[in-house]
Amino acid sequence: MFSVLGRIFKTGCLTEKLPAHDQVVEQLGSVCRKEISRIFGGSLAIRMVDAGSCNGCELEMHALNNSFYDIERFGIHFVASPRHADLLLVTGPVARHMQAALKGTYDATPDPKLVIAMGDCAADGGEFGVSYASCGAVANVVPVDVVIRGCPPNPLQLLEGILQLLGRSGR
Amino acid sequence: MITQAHLGWQSLSPDVESLVLLLKDAGIPTKEQSKIQGPVKVVMIESVFWGKAAAVAADNRVRWCAVWAEHRPPEIDIFAAMAGRNGHLLLHTLVPDQQGELPSQTPFFPAANRPERYLRDMFGVHFFDHPDQRRWMRHQAWQEGQYPLLKTFPLAGTPAEMTPPDCHYPFLAVEGEGVYEIPVGPVHAGIIEPGHFRFQAMGEDILSLEEHLGYVHKGIEKSAEGRDVRGLVRLAGRVSGDSTVAHAWAACQACEAAVGITLPRRALMIRGILAERERIANHLGDIGACCNDVGFTFAQVQCSRLRELWQRQNAAVFGHRLLMDIVVPGGVKGDLDAVQLDFLHAAIEQLRSELREFLPLLYEYPSLQDRLRTTGVLSLKKARSLGVLGFLARASGECWDLRRDAPYVPYGNMVITVPHSLEGDASGRLRIRGDEILVSLDLLEEMLKKLPAGEVAMEFPAVQGDCSGFGCIEGWRGEILAYVHLGEGGRVLRYFPRDPSWLNWPALEVMIEGVIVPDFPLCNKSVNGSYSGHDL
Repeated sequence: MFSVLGRIFKTGCLTEKLPAHDQVVEQLGSVCRKEISRIFGGSLAIRMVDAGSCNGCELEMHALNNSFYDIERFGIHFVASPRHADLLLVTGPVARHMQAALKGTYDATPDPKLVIAMGDCAADGGEFGVSYASCGAVANVVPVDVVIRGCPPNPLQLLEGILQLLGRSGR
Repeated sequence: MITQAHLGWQSLSPDVESLVLLLKDAGIPTKEQSKIQGPVKVVMIESVFWGKAAAVAADNRVRWCAVWAEHRPPEIDIFAAMAGRNGHLLLHTLVPDQQGELPSQTPFFPAANRPERYLRDMFGVHFFDHPDQRRWMRHQAWQEGQYPLLKTFPLAGTPAEMTPPDCHYPFLAVEGEGVYEIPVGPVHAGIIEPGHFRFQAMGEDILSLEEHLGYVHKGIEKSAEGRDVRGLVRLAGRVSGDSTVAHAWAACQACEAAVGITLPRRALMIRGILAERERIANHLGDIGACCNDVGFTFAQVQCSRLRELWQRQNAAVFGHRLLMDIVVPGGVKGDLDAVQLDFLHAAIEQLRSELREFLPLLYEYPSLQDRLRTTGVLSLKKARSLGVLGFLARASGECWDLRRDAPYVPYGNMVITVPHSLEGDASGRLRIRGDEILVSLDLLEEMLKKLPAGEVAMEFPAVQGDCSGFGCIEGWRGEILAYVHLGEGGRVLRYFPRDPSWLNWPALEVMIEGVIVPDFPLCNKSVNGSYSGHDL
């Protein structure tokens, strides 16, 4: 117990000692937070759907939860069910084997809902394109509000994309 | 009771040359064949001996690695890879592309079960004596009787506007009073990949688990065909995003062997640095995630912090947080200068000093270990029969590691320590991964110190005629194999990547029996198979 407490004490609060790089996170995040409180009553619930990604996008999505980005402080959090979600964050080209599951997840998300296509594959099929096994872009299967490019997009680009979407739906 | 004496199984298995002799002694006519270049020996056998060859191999402690096929009308080439003490033997046979059939190797190697069903789904090859006649990769995107990897099947296929969900896969059912079924997936609750798990449970105890995968099948092998080498390696780097370096390296190794070029040592050493950095990043992330699955968020916060720092170093030095597209045919993209070397050295020192304090804390923390110990036990016997790989195998006492057993540059002149344990539980797997980070840090340090002068890339030559190559790399999850066949103009005729997840996924079904339902996420994370790497 003491070793854990000692370690926590020594690690300190990372979000207080922001290097220049992270000031961008802070700025982006606070703009996001304003939009979220205005549009979604303070919190934005994201349900992620991997529709066929190589898992690179998922790794960067996980990074959004680490101490450096800590997106929960901006009112954004990942939820376990589409029924709790305001936004679907979809990765990968849509594998045909996932087409029905993605459509089902979309239908299970209450209106009004937003959809982000995350990564080059979600944007246009990326390396995998359209084939017997892949439907290509997410927009080929469900309506998409914003596309975040990158292979994979880094956490900052992800935050930027979410902000862009919030700005747009605010209008 | 398992003792230290039971370890070192791989040192008791025959070397590749002896395995060929064993096959001959068993009365199997073999013909050596040298069309596939790379660290591998190839023997051609008649298809009727396919099962018998497996029986001989299984009797001699050989590890089964993979089976794959290539359509060359009017025939289908079938290859099976087996590992002896010092490397791989490829068995090669031919069957006709119409109603082709051959004996199954599954009765001797349970590891061959799903890969053979995959071949049946993708090529229409029938394995008789196979204990499971159910489809594996085919859901509803193509019809029974259509085989996507035959050359006659177009890449675009003939898909319906809306592919129906795969609702009628025949799961094995358990019957009895109080038994109930829990279907999970394909969309899971966390930030993870899709797949379906069917639990049969009674109370809190899981009676059995059956996996149904293939949801992220996106036609990687088919879409590789016709690409140039550069395009192929870009695709290989996306077979499984968390193993981008290892898959790209294995594909490069196969291509480079096929055309017979030897890379500058500096290029290979930098690939080694990239691979070890990838190993460390993944181990860090997963150690944290395992602890998080039992509510020990402290470790998750610490590990994700270390991982983020590590990824930022990747971005600063190599230009990509996950190191994608840095390994290219003929070498690596970008050199390291003195300042970057110092930076990487400092990063090693920093991480090592943090982990020396942090890891013992995890290994000994009572309330954490209370959840991890004896949870999800994979016995040595099971690990062996399933042919599991990487840290999963090492935590159960199986110590294969290509970097030591069949070393490739830059590992040949290095002493590779292979951490292993005998517990086979979630705690053991966590400890092996922690210890592997420390080993990798030492290797990184050595590689940075010994980085030879020279070029970091060479021109990939124009391909003359037909050639094929084999690559094998020890990725963070275990052994990664790649087979590449290049044709006129350097176009890919066939690419087959074998992710270790193919062999590791079945182990989850075995270790979960008798585990309580709430411990499933921990067990799953402690194995961490790649869905994408398996589903292709």
